[in-house]
Amino acid sequence: MKLRLRLVSLSAPLIALMLAVSLTSLILLGIGKDPIETFRMMFEYGSTGKSIVSVLNRTTPLYISAVAVAVGFKMGLFNIGVEGQYLLGALLAAAIGTSFAISRPIHIFFIMLIAVVASSLWAAIAGYLKVYKGIHEVISTIMLNYIGTGLIAYLLSNIFFDKDEKNAIPQTVELPESGRLPALNNLFGIEDLPNLHGFLPITILLGLIYYLLIWKTTLGYDLRVTGANPIAARFSGVDPKRLTIIAMIISGGFAGLVGMGPLLGYFHQYTIDFPPGLGFAGIGVALLGRNHPVGMFLGAILFGFLERSAQILDLRGVPKEIETMMSAFILLIVVVFYEIIRRYILTQQIKDASKKIGEN
Amino acid sequence: MNKAITVSNITKSYPGVLANSNVSLEVSEGSIHAIVGENGAGKSTLMKILYGMVKPDDGSISIFEKITQLSSPKDAIDSGLGMVHQHFMLADNLSVLESVILGIDNATLKNINLRRYKSEIMEVINKYNLNINLDKTIDELGVGEKQRVEILKVLFRGAKILILDEPTAVLVPQEVEELFNNLRDLKDNGVTIIFISHKLDEVLEIADEISVMRGGVMVNTVDSENISKKELAEMMIGKSLPKPPERQSSVGDLKILSVENLSASNDDGKDIFNDITFDLQSSEILGIAGVEGNGQRELVEAIIGIQEYNSGSIRLKDEIIDDLGIRERLGLGISFIPEDRQAQALIMDMTLTNNIILGRQSLKKYKTKLTTVNLSNATTASESVIGNFDVKTPNANTIATALSGGNQQKYVVGRELEDNPTLLIASQPTRGIDIGAQALIWEKLRSTRDDGLGVILISADLEELIGLSDRIVVIYQGNFVAELKPDEITPEILGSYMTGLRK
Repeated sequence: MKLRLRLVSLSAPLIALMLAVSLTSLILLGIGKDPIETFRMMFEYGSTGKSIVSVLNRTTPLYISAVAVAVGFKMGLFNIGVEGQYLLGALLAAAIGTSFAISRPIHIFFIMLIAVVASSLWAAIAGYLKVYKGIHEVISTIMLNYIGTGLIAYLLSNIFFDKDEKNAIPQTVELPESGRLPALNNLFGIEDLPNLHGFLPITILLGLIYYLLIWKTTLGYDLRVTGANPIAARFSGVDPKRLTIIAMIISGGFAGLVGMGPLLGYFHQYTIDFPPGLGFAGIGVALLGRNHPVGMFLGAILFGFLERSAQILDLRGVPKEIETMMSAFILLIVVVFYEIIRRYILTQQIKDASKKIGEN
Repeated sequence: MNKAITVSNITKSYPGVLANSNVSLEVSEGSIHAIVGENGAGKSTLMKILYGMVKPDDGSISIFEKITQLSSPKDAIDSGLGMVHQHFMLADNLSVLESVILGIDNATLKNINLRRYKSEIMEVINKYNLNINLDKTIDELGVGEKQRVEILKVLFRGAKILILDEPTAVLVPQEVEELFNNLRDLKDNGVTIIFISHKLDEVLEIADEISVMRGGVMVNTVDSENISKKELAEMMIGKSLPKPPERQSSVGDLKILSVENLSASNDDGKDIFNDITFDLQSSEILGIAGVEGNGQRELVEAIIGIQEYNSGSIRLKDEIIDDLGIRERLGLGISFIPEDRQAQALIMDMTLTNNIILGRQSLKKYKTKLTTVNLSNATTASESVIGNFDVKTPNANTIATALSGGNQQKYVVGRELEDNPTLLIASQPTRGIDIGAQALIWEKLRSTRDDGLGVILISADLEELIGLSDRIVVIYQGNFVAELKPDEITPEILGSYMTGLRK
């Protein structure tokens, strides 16, 4: 694609952001608040060092969640169950991860492995149901989210509950020191700021793995081909049943890593306070970033930033729910503009091609 | 004689294409007027403009000598135009009566007065002598009958001018005759007919006047009495016709494929095809003739591994392939040109280079050590196909959508022949493409056949089937009913086998 068209394709999220800001401003005016002042406060608060660390800590799990969703999206599969998958994976990893202590890299690797295996098996159930029972994955993954929540509540309060201490709320035993990922603050010379979770480099690596998997391997080719034209894919020898299960397992595998940043870097145990909602938020980020490794990273940072910067609003008398609305506006508008721009670029490409053919 | 339609200086351009350039046309009332031209000559655009589906950039249209603004099909219908599309717009589970009145009233909660409609429709049927049973459901009808229902629909809506878009494309010769008789009856009753086609024999038989389009321009309008097929064809292509190459059949000795007692049935236990046995030799083109829906599609899909079969066996050279999946079979050297290139053979928004891997994912040359996609080999292969098959494209990184239909098809055929396959299954290899691309594809099929390739050919174009095949088998209701020598038959004879009239 030409550079000019690439630039055009970037305009959709920018337009969406601008329109979302305008709509949010109208609402702020409607409730008698000054929009310029509100956005100024948000930006000022969001760009402090403390906030940037918090945004990055938030970005990492959000990004991995988006990657998990995107793996499915690429073949036209809607894994709405990242939510249940990552929470279940995190619980099992936290619970089983405390039962042994070895050298740090191996310990951390095994904790991650437990999460990946648990989450991908949980996701594979939806794949199995789709392939062999004809149950649409949207239905089954939503149901599995509910079942997962119930299962987690049961496991946490009956099996893994660390009752030895006088804990008021259900929680697992804390991970030993070897199962904790150190913060990166020393690396960047920001010891005075809150901990920057050590999962950030792993997250970037995961983005790279996602890119190579989807765009550089035969499996990724099959996924993309199936997403774009399932009939042609089948004629080309893709076995849709096998591929559906593989895609669900890979998607679930990424989902398993969503909770690892918070678990290894900050919580060190699974409690009922373990951050929920990352699975659903990831769907939006995948949508905003168009399943592209860099696009989703920017999307995750944007949503992380909005969420963090809105924390100040309640303290200054502006309802912070305004941020939720703004995120929703962005997503709604961006979907429309992606489609408009997709069509524009398509006609441009056809135009360019027929012009060039005409010249020859 | 009064003019039913007068088109004056119509121009319509699309991005990069001048679809209609200063086109003028006069159609006399009560005549049959054919419009011929290659694919992409601008016929469809002109018809869409006449039917109000597309707005011209310039020019005017008069209907019954009154300037008319057509901004929607409704305007066209109101002015007495009716369109019979190439692809029927009918719902299988409705009765003929229901299909005809569908959409005629605005939706209300009131009861439909079926009896009144029925008698009104019967009047139309009798007036134009159409052979239609109103009580049958659509899925009980044959192709010819469905087409009559479509014609009845527009007549019942008061059409005085009928536009038929490639009406014979889906018919066998006997059905074509029946259609022509209907059209003559319509004409005798004062209906004006515009007949779009690229089958010159038919056009010469049925039309009073013939207009030829080429490259968006109206080349000429001639009286069908005073022109030969050859002159018409040259007008259409704009150059002298290439001579048909001499048939030289030299079927090889090597057995490429043998299919033994293959049977398949659908979920209801109904036979799709039954006890099919045949061999294919190297350097042989085996044509399978059959009216669509008689099991030929499923039969070739069984060879590729898409369609499951209950019994029987398929052997490729020395290997029994029954237990292999699609990918393994393709890997053994089976190539497949499916009937619908856009839906089955291409990923339209991927580049040509990415499309060359499609169906070849298991091929070593498209892989690198880490089982990653080898794009540089794909680019090489893609460029060689573009060169060898004269695919008109800026480069190998152009998306498939940007190419014209003929060039897409040339690319697909080129891809399927790229890796010296053992067996090629070609389903409708030249459907809906221009004569130039068609000639090139025929030439390539012949030359690779001469090099040893075994080909199974399915085509609705009976002349293509007879012209290319070394041997033709006829499939009727899932059974092979005849084996014929191409040089001893005509499309009419073949058609009578295909419809079960001859055994």
